[in-house]
Amino acid sequence: MENFAQAATIDGVACPACGLLCDDLKIQRDEAGVLNVVEKKCAKSVAFFERPYREKSPQINGQPAKLEEAIAEAISLFKHAQHPLISGLSTDIYGMRAVMNLAETSNATIDHMNSKSSMRNLYVLQNSGWQITTLTEVRNRVDLLVVVGTDIVSYFSRFFERLIWNQESMFGQDTATREVVYLGGRDLDTSAGISPNGTKPTVLPCDKEKLPEVTAALRALISGKKLVASEVGGIAVSDLQKLADRLHAAKYSVLAWISSSLDISHAELTIQNITGTVEKLNQTTRSSGLPLSGNDGDVGSYNASSWISGYPFRSSYRRDYPDYDPYHYNTDSLLAEQEVDAMIWVNSYNPARLPPESDVPTVVIGHPAMQFKQQPAVFIPIAIPGLDSNGVQFRSDSSVALPLKQVRAASFPTLTEVLSAIEAGVKA
Amino acid sequence: MLTKLTGGRIYDPAHQIDGKIMDIYIRDGRIVERPRADEAIDTEYDIRGKVVMAGAIDMHTHIGGGKVNIARTMLPEDHRGDPVAHNEVCRSGCGHAVPSTLTTGYRYAEMGYTAGFEPALLPVNARQSHLEMADTPIIDKGGYAMIGSDDYFLRMLAAKKDQNAINDYVAWILQASQCIGLKVVNPGGISAFKFNQRWLDVDEQHVHYQITPREILKTLSRAVYELGIAKPLHVHGNNLGVPGNVGTTLKTMDTVEGYPLHLTHIQFHSYGAEGDRKFSSGAAAIAEALNKNKNISADVGQILFGQTVTASGDNMRQFANAGLGSPRKSVIMDIECDAGCGIVPFKYKDENFVNALQWAIGLEIFLLSEDPWRIFLTTDHPNGAPFTTYPHLIRLLMDKNFRNEAFASLNLDAQAMSTLTSIDREYSLYEIAIMTRAGAAKLVGLHDRGHLGIGGAADITVYTDDPDREKMFTTPDYVFKDGELVVRNGKVVKVTWGATHVTRPEFDRSIEKDLKQYFDKYHTMNMENFKVNENEIADGGRGKIIVQEAKGRREKTV
Repeated sequence: MENFAQAATIDGVACPACGLLCDDLKIQRDEAGVLNVVEKKCAKSVAFFERPYREKSPQINGQPAKLEEAIAEAISLFKHAQHPLISGLSTDIYGMRAVMNLAETSNATIDHMNSKSSMRNLYVLQNSGWQITTLTEVRNRVDLLVVVGTDIVSYFSRFFERLIWNQESMFGQDTATREVVYLGGRDLDTSAGISPNGTKPTVLPCDKEKLPEVTAALRALISGKKLVASEVGGIAVSDLQKLADRLHAAKYSVLAWISSSLDISHAELTIQNITGTVEKLNQTTRSSGLPLSGNDGDVGSYNASSWISGYPFRSSYRRDYPDYDPYHYNTDSLLAEQEVDAMIWVNSYNPARLPPESDVPTVVIGHPAMQFKQQPAVFIPIAIPGLDSNGVQFRSDSSVALPLKQVRAASFPTLTEVLSAIEAGVKA
Repeated sequence: MLTKLTGGRIYDPAHQIDGKIMDIYIRDGRIVERPRADEAIDTEYDIRGKVVMAGAIDMHTHIGGGKVNIARTMLPEDHRGDPVAHNEVCRSGCGHAVPSTLTTGYRYAEMGYTAGFEPALLPVNARQSHLEMADTPIIDKGGYAMIGSDDYFLRMLAAKKDQNAINDYVAWILQASQCIGLKVVNPGGISAFKFNQRWLDVDEQHVHYQITPREILKTLSRAVYELGIAKPLHVHGNNLGVPGNVGTTLKTMDTVEGYPLHLTHIQFHSYGAEGDRKFSSGAAAIAEALNKNKNISADVGQILFGQTVTASGDNMRQFANAGLGSPRKSVIMDIECDAGCGIVPFKYKDENFVNALQWAIGLEIFLLSEDPWRIFLTTDHPNGAPFTTYPHLIRLLMDKNFRNEAFASLNLDAQAMSTLTSIDREYSLYEIAIMTRAGAAKLVGLHDRGHLGIGGAADITVYTDDPDREKMFTTPDYVFKDGELVVRNGKVVKVTWGATHVTRPEFDRSIEKDLKQYFDKYHTMNMENFKVNENEIADGGRGKIIVQEAKGRREKTV
């Protein structure tokens, strides 16, 4: 057992503050348990690890309560609910296992706080599939990166540092000659796309709402079709043709997108245009999609849900078996239409992610630093995986799951402990 | 706690017992000697007239890890056809082509299986595979670590590192990924595809590394042997599914120069290119070679008709086949300079010429292979068919009339291309017990499983003898897992959690110096986090690791 009362420097710490799950962090801990990120490369990781530890007691209607009392209150809410909802689901794999158990026992529906963006990708996966790659492949192979509708760095700040402008790559490529193209979006921070030798990226701006047609035009050009129009969404077709030519000439192009940034109508069709472009390119050369996500544990959450029930989130145990309906089982509409009568909101990593405001009695089980505008019926602060407890988390690319380490002493229960206690009470 | 199984007819090929009436005694999860007369029997099962075998072992089944879970996620329409409700004992889930983990464990146990091995565990994805297997109840499990297209190994080979260094790396990989065997998929081909190479035969060079599949297979089969790993190198050869690939497969057998080699789902690698449609059976040539080369074993990867999904590490071949998928969707991935994967849903149809002939080729291989200790019953779940079709497959092997009737309903052109009806062989219960128990345990290196001898684990299945072998093998009367009754009349009555089998040959720890440099320079994860810790598998007290013996470094010649 590690002695958390001792000062230490811990290497190889994985940071679950975003889906890149960088595990090259070095964390210093003093005798008082105060953490310091050595070599601060990313504001999110600093905020995650350096937020001071504060004891916090559970609450019932905003009033301090004992853990047993808070759990008893949650049990009585869930036990008598006709249709309970477990949402948020920002947790790690161990936590998700407990979520699935409680969901089944209490005939609950499950949904994730990021499901609106996750579903954009999952619909494409379930409808047509895709050809994609993973972070280490990008780091060693990419010669042309096309970023669609985002600058990436506002979501994943170390993306370019770790994957594009890395000094060495495995196959003798001079990484400084890698080409970067931003397609779509406005007023992006494209500075991270400037290569170490000063080469500026190509920027083809358009309103995000125009991305469905812009990506469709690119897909058509890649397929060898001629367009009558001279511009699409404000981008000259000649510029799109140049991009198509570069994609055909590239040996390992990567087309990246972030589904949460595609907050537009027809986001799924935009993604399908990107993956259709990749499919076409692979008839002659190599190209891959790179869907970037994984924040708040969303990738781990749908993976664990899929292996345990067969379905990602937005599924339900209202029947005696899992039932998947991504249109129906969505938190916002379930709350708005008052289809659920009790909710557990799980939020382990980012205290700013509050449950949607509603009249439905809500149990929040989450980050001890959460501050509420609308006081939940019950609040149970829990150990944060990767800080206060061990855990396992999935990375953006879904191919890598990394261990999260407890790095300081903490007195909070884990999500598993809390949910298992609630499940036992619901069963009793 | 002493349990007695009284009067069953025992099929225990590991001890050459072929249908002898015997009593079995169980204590603390193990099969024990007949107790003294004064010792009280706590529970007795009267199984007179019943058929008794060790619990069955599936030595090749895709049950856990990235590609399996992608297949699950992308096929909600398949799950909807087979919802699994919870009951007092079991949790709910879904079944058919890629069942949820819980349902996978229950259904294996309900067919009398007590172990299953994930044959394509990507080391970089090992943690996920073990998480999924940990959520697979009742059965024991384990994995074969997949290398051979990973850049670290290919760099070693290109740099002509000596065999000892390769052996150290292989042993390190087994330890890091908590595996019991080593697998190669399309040797070198997964990597070659990343360099836009679309084709790689045994003696062709990888465009970047300038090495051939032959070199990869020779080096790795030798590494496995020299490390004393029981499980021979598990090989999914080049050119899967390609008409005429029987030549590739015969050459593959040659590459290992006498070292042990296991050719997996060999049905997919036994195709000729004769006839009007340039697709024919290579089964006779393959069976002849198997019969002759005692260092080679194979599992069949039988296809059975219906909807399933193919999930493979072979992204090169899956990319080529993606257009044949039904429903038409696919996932193709390059993964972490480690491997790749491809998932293509597939519907095998008996009226389709190619599918019908694939079906016949698989059965021809089963029936023409003489040594049941070297041929194994698999459908390459879910690639040829879901594992729940095993009882049907067993009936096809044991019942000639049933088989010939099925054959008669196939595509007529395929019938004309197959010699299946001229084969009279029917497998015996003893031979089925070899293929699915004793042989599988011996192959994988499970020293205390797959047999009913004193000291063996009490993984035992009891069937009612029935001429309808499909019915018999679908619904065992009793299944005991580590001595506990887990299934009665084909239904789970108790949920236990099996162990994970691994093997751990010694290696020179100083190789981590170079590995760490490699990870730091090229990878996006820390080497220490790449390694799956034993505690992660034991986590929560539900899982545990059983280390099976590796004999240690052997002499370097066969």
